[in-house]
Amino acid sequence: MAPAEIVAQVTDSGLRGRGGAGFPTGIKWKTVLDTAGDRKYIVCNADEGDSGTFADRMIMEGDPFVLIEGMVIAGIATGARKGFVYLRSEYPHAIATMTEAVEIARKAGILGVSVLGSAHAFDMEIRTGAGAYVCGEETALLNSLEGKRGIVRAKPPLPAHKGLFNCPTVINNVISLASVPVIMDRGAAFYKDFGMGRSRGTIPIQIAGNVKHGGLYETAFGLTLGEIIDTIGGGTATGRPVKAVQVGGPLGAYFPRALFDTPFDYEAFAAKDGLIGHAGIVVFDDTADMLKQARFAMEFCAIESCGKCTPCRIGSTRGVETADKIAMGIEPEKNKALLTDLCNTMKFGSLCALGGFTPYPVMSAMNHFPDDFRPTPLVEAAE
Amino acid sequence: MSLIHEIDFGTPASRAEKMVTLTIDGNEITVPEGTSIMRASMEAGIKVPKLCATDMVDAFGSCRLCLVEIEGRNGTPASCTTPVAPGITVHTQTNRLKDIRKGVMELYISDHPLDCLTCAANGDCELQDMAGAVGLRDVRYGYEGDNHVKARNNGDINAQWMPKDESNPYFTYDPSKCIVCSRCVRACEEVQGTFALTIEGRGFGSRVSPGMHENFLESECVSCGACVQACPTATLTEKSVIEIGQPEHSVVTTCAYCGVGCSFKAEMRGEELVRMVPWKDGQANRGHSCVKGRFAYGYSTHKERILNPMIREKITDPWREVSWEEAFAHTASEFRRIQYQYGRESIGGITSSRCTNEETYLVQKLIRAGFGNNNVDTCARVCHSPTGYGLGATFGTSAGTQNFDSVEHTDVVIIIGANPTDGHPVFASRLKKRLRQGAKLIVVDPRRTDMVSSPHIKASHHLPLKPGTNVAVMTALAHVIVTEGLADEQFIRERCDWSEFEDWAAFVSQPEHSPEAIEAFSGVPAEEIRGAARLFATGGNGAIYYGLGVTEHSQGSTTVIAIANLAMVTGNIGRPGVGVNPLRGQNNVQGACDMGSFPHELPGYRHVSDDATRETFEKLWGVTISNEPGLRIPNMLDAAVDGSFKGIYIQGEDILQSDPDTKHVQAGLAAMECVVVQDLFLNETANYAHVFLPGSTFLEKDGTFTNAERRINRVRRVMTPRNGLADWEVTQKLAQTMGLNWNYTHPSQIMDEIAATTPSFAMVSYDYLEKMGSVQWPCNEKAPLGSPIMHIDGFVRGKGKFIRTEYVATDEKTGPRFPLLLTTGRVLSQYNVGAQTRRTDNVVWHEEDRLEIHPHDAEVRGVRDGDWVRLSSRSGDTTLRALITDRVATGVVYTTFHHPTTQANVITTDFSDWATNCPEYKVTAVQISPSNGPSQWQVEYEEQARHSRRIAGKMEAAE
Repeated sequence: MAPAEIVAQVTDSGLRGRGGAGFPTGIKWKTVLDTAGDRKYIVCNADEGDSGTFADRMIMEGDPFVLIEGMVIAGIATGARKGFVYLRSEYPHAIATMTEAVEIARKAGILGVSVLGSAHAFDMEIRTGAGAYVCGEETALLNSLEGKRGIVRAKPPLPAHKGLFNCPTVINNVISLASVPVIMDRGAAFYKDFGMGRSRGTIPIQIAGNVKHGGLYETAFGLTLGEIIDTIGGGTATGRPVKAVQVGGPLGAYFPRALFDTPFDYEAFAAKDGLIGHAGIVVFDDTADMLKQARFAMEFCAIESCGKCTPCRIGSTRGVETADKIAMGIEPEKNKALLTDLCNTMKFGSLCALGGFTPYPVMSAMNHFPDDFRPTPLVEAAE
Repeated sequence: MSLIHEIDFGTPASRAEKMVTLTIDGNEITVPEGTSIMRASMEAGIKVPKLCATDMVDAFGSCRLCLVEIEGRNGTPASCTTPVAPGITVHTQTNRLKDIRKGVMELYISDHPLDCLTCAANGDCELQDMAGAVGLRDVRYGYEGDNHVKARNNGDINAQWMPKDESNPYFTYDPSKCIVCSRCVRACEEVQGTFALTIEGRGFGSRVSPGMHENFLESECVSCGACVQACPTATLTEKSVIEIGQPEHSVVTTCAYCGVGCSFKAEMRGEELVRMVPWKDGQANRGHSCVKGRFAYGYSTHKERILNPMIREKITDPWREVSWEEAFAHTASEFRRIQYQYGRESIGGITSSRCTNEETYLVQKLIRAGFGNNNVDTCARVCHSPTGYGLGATFGTSAGTQNFDSVEHTDVVIIIGANPTDGHPVFASRLKKRLRQGAKLIVVDPRRTDMVSSPHIKASHHLPLKPGTNVAVMTALAHVIVTEGLADEQFIRERCDWSEFEDWAAFVSQPEHSPEAIEAFSGVPAEEIRGAARLFATGGNGAIYYGLGVTEHSQGSTTVIAIANLAMVTGNIGRPGVGVNPLRGQNNVQGACDMGSFPHELPGYRHVSDDATRETFEKLWGVTISNEPGLRIPNMLDAAVDGSFKGIYIQGEDILQSDPDTKHVQAGLAAMECVVVQDLFLNETANYAHVFLPGSTFLEKDGTFTNAERRINRVRRVMTPRNGLADWEVTQKLAQTMGLNWNYTHPSQIMDEIAATTPSFAMVSYDYLEKMGSVQWPCNEKAPLGSPIMHIDGFVRGKGKFIRTEYVATDEKTGPRFPLLLTTGRVLSQYNVGAQTRRTDNVVWHEEDRLEIHPHDAEVRGVRDGDWVRLSSRSGDTTLRALITDRVATGVVYTTFHHPTTQANVITTDFSDWATNCPEYKVTAVQISPSNGPSQWQVEYEEQARHSRRIAGKMEAAE
């Protein structure tokens, strides 16, 4: 198959980036294919850092070859001859499995100067991250891969134009790349037949937290959140009522039961001020304190911020402090307004999704669970 | 007069030719493709709020103040990182943007000290400006939270707080004021290319850090000050600004250190210099500087500066301060007496490469018209005289072929015998920038200089040749190019004399010139030479930059010719990115040569035997000029020892320290009856002077300097001469006292005379320089805009001339008594003989000259790092401390010559270039032995110097 035909197949399949952003994979590949460059790269983002997610790990540990195959296809499709898997250090088994699988693939002639005897060259390396959540952000990942500090780059230029070592680069999540072989095997129409709206194909939903039946369920887009939590997950492990679920990792919004009719679909979630992200779902029962969860989101951002842009660098720390003031009952209305303004600054002012999405858990907690943001009686605070 | 505020466009200019039209806030604007929206806005006069963007470095996108909205696009993109697109409509001020900006500023100020009134940046703080611009009125977070501002929070130690770093003598780093915009880090990387700074930590803990959490002085920082200039707050601030306050007016002038000729804004308060800031419109430096130009001006007010004229009968007498009138009368009568007694040829003078063109012109005019002879020479004798000879013979002009901007277009660079990171730092930064973009580098140098390997820089080939084998190595490069068929035949046929080329090609093709044949004595692996030759011949635009490591040899002129041959054979002449470029040492050494400072040449490199040229000057000056060349410096000294040369006028040069074979210079000076020294300080030569005329600094006079790229830059007076007279006035008054009818009231009139008499300067005038900023000569009817690049359509001399370059080994050879080769050079912080830089805080980086020696050579002599060693040659010996390093190869030792106590030139010999007498500083056979202190000679010299610097009626400073 010619590169352009592969790209067309992937585009037609409707596959969108499974890392969280949901950008159409085929369009990204076409950009790299159409960009001139002596060297191009395929980078697999396997820095799976979202809370409650493990789909990438399970693929890499269970079927590493499907990822290798996906990367080789991406290489052939875009003219890249070199690939890197950026794998988080917290996944030692995945690192071992992938490393061995790459060796096996190389010996089998799937990787090397001539892929399966063809005119295409493609080889790849497994690289280990150093524990920074922000290095799952694609441009910080590229910096880290280049041996630099893991700070976010401004876009433009897009990685597809100037990515790894300033060369055109496809950077895709593990699941996106691992979905490609089946598309090639069964055809774009087969894959596209699953799903709803503009969310096509299947999605590996990872259910975790306070849930009875935790685990990974690959299914087509379109189930409602309620079906996923109640029917598949079976409610909470504690047996208490579900208070909220956080969808899409630590930067995802908290959905109350009132929104359980939302279908699992990129656009439907966005319409409710939420996101699917990497399809990790964390379940909370009614003992959860949503103000603490809001504070936690800010604290997480403060710890993981790369420090480049001001809203995230200073804003996350101020967010923690402001949440604390609310908890302590210090001028709660003024501080809730301040927290709202801060979320606005971070959402629209931040350089990347870390600072930009931290407001989702904070604002959803504040909007859906206003009772948790009521000032604690001063008597208790004085103890 | 007011402070010059340069427009900061926020991001660098785009070089695209395609233009894009867009609408910003209702203004239609057309800019080159690739321009940022921020820059386009600024071009339209709209200042988008910004903190992390500045046009010296690439866009970064971190402060998030410059966000804009674009119709039809989602979100609020940063205008610094978003390029323009055709037809887009941009809004720089909307309610949404106002909210975000105010929110961002509120965050900034929540972690910033509120000491604006007492802050050094008060009046020059971009953070303050932005708080005003976005209408910040309240910081609702309070100031009790996490911060970098307070040493203690509620009584507890604040681990985030860091004390001020005052280790650098010129600027402070106050982390409590840092907004982490990374401008300093990026300036260090992109502008200076040193990579000394980084951000340590992450998130809220992010802080600027020199190296690995070192202080500035101990880090790799080279103190160029680019970070200080880039800093938008008081985090990095000149100590002078902290002490004095903000400047109120500024004057653009030219640095008086090296031949790069950087343009600076001298920022003043009254007549006090507050700071020097490189001028972005300066066409040599493009807004960059080094530690010397930016910071090392303290010598101008140093307590050792002499401000009154002095005379004495004998050099053993103490100096006696006299009036200017008495000094001039005494000097004039002495010179006339000597000429009456010993003949017209018995006196002469030396012009200064440190002074202005106008001053140099006047000194040679005084000698030619007043002394009535051609006994004028200049310090170029000891540095770049072979450049004049070699390039004159091959190309037809005695100067570099390119402008510095040319380096931005080069693909392969050869550096020979130059150490630009130390000697020409601003050029080095520009070159390194190009190398980081992918250009290739070949270094020919006995030492492993920083250009060979430094952060993000690695030479493709380093040819570590034995000192003295330049010609052999250059000819071997040509051998490879010719024998492997890599010559640019079309260029040679069009531009050069073909039969001369054939002769030369046959010569270099001889097997004895092959890399393999010279490997044994040059010490350079043949494969490296072959690789370098192939790279240079086939790698695209090839440029050659060279320094004194080429010229200061017995075959200096031959090497220059070999360099010219190499450029011609590869077709690398006459367009941007190529050429032959001498890196000239002194601020105005090019100008001094241009101004007729040589005994055989009138201004514009016209031989004194040329009747038409002589006639031009004779008519104007009303005198007869001798058609015989006068004496060169070494000849003057020889004649003095012989008893036929008795008086000398030396303006701004310290020949005793800078010229070879110190003892011979000493003997020559001691034999004279009237030595007149005009200088800022009682330099080493002044120990033998009878008249001392105090000099003025570049800050105290008007004039022009001509840099290494032939660029004529204006020097502008920013303060009254502390000695009362500018140097040109001193020369004029001396001339008047000797009976010459000179009546210049301003240096511009001197330039007018130069322009009227010298064809290559025909269109140069102060008015024209005011209009153009600067021009590169030739600047005349044929080239009214000056000549950034020479030999574009053909060589100045007609056809380029290939000349055979036979290698003849120097007579200075190693042997059992002197088995090592000494070569000399400079360091970044000190300048030449150090008269100026030693009188600044630059001494913290280099307080003494050290002898670099390879560990093997040190080991067999029992020398440990830091030990005192005796360095001896057949000329003499001196002592200094050893620095053990593998930067030098075995068999080679190296030292600098910045400190008079070292007296490296006691060691150097009197061998010199066959064509120009340029001394062979770069090769001396020496021996090293352990020593327990200064040599007898150094002790005696020290005593004699102290004795000769006594001034009657004044206490000795040191006692």
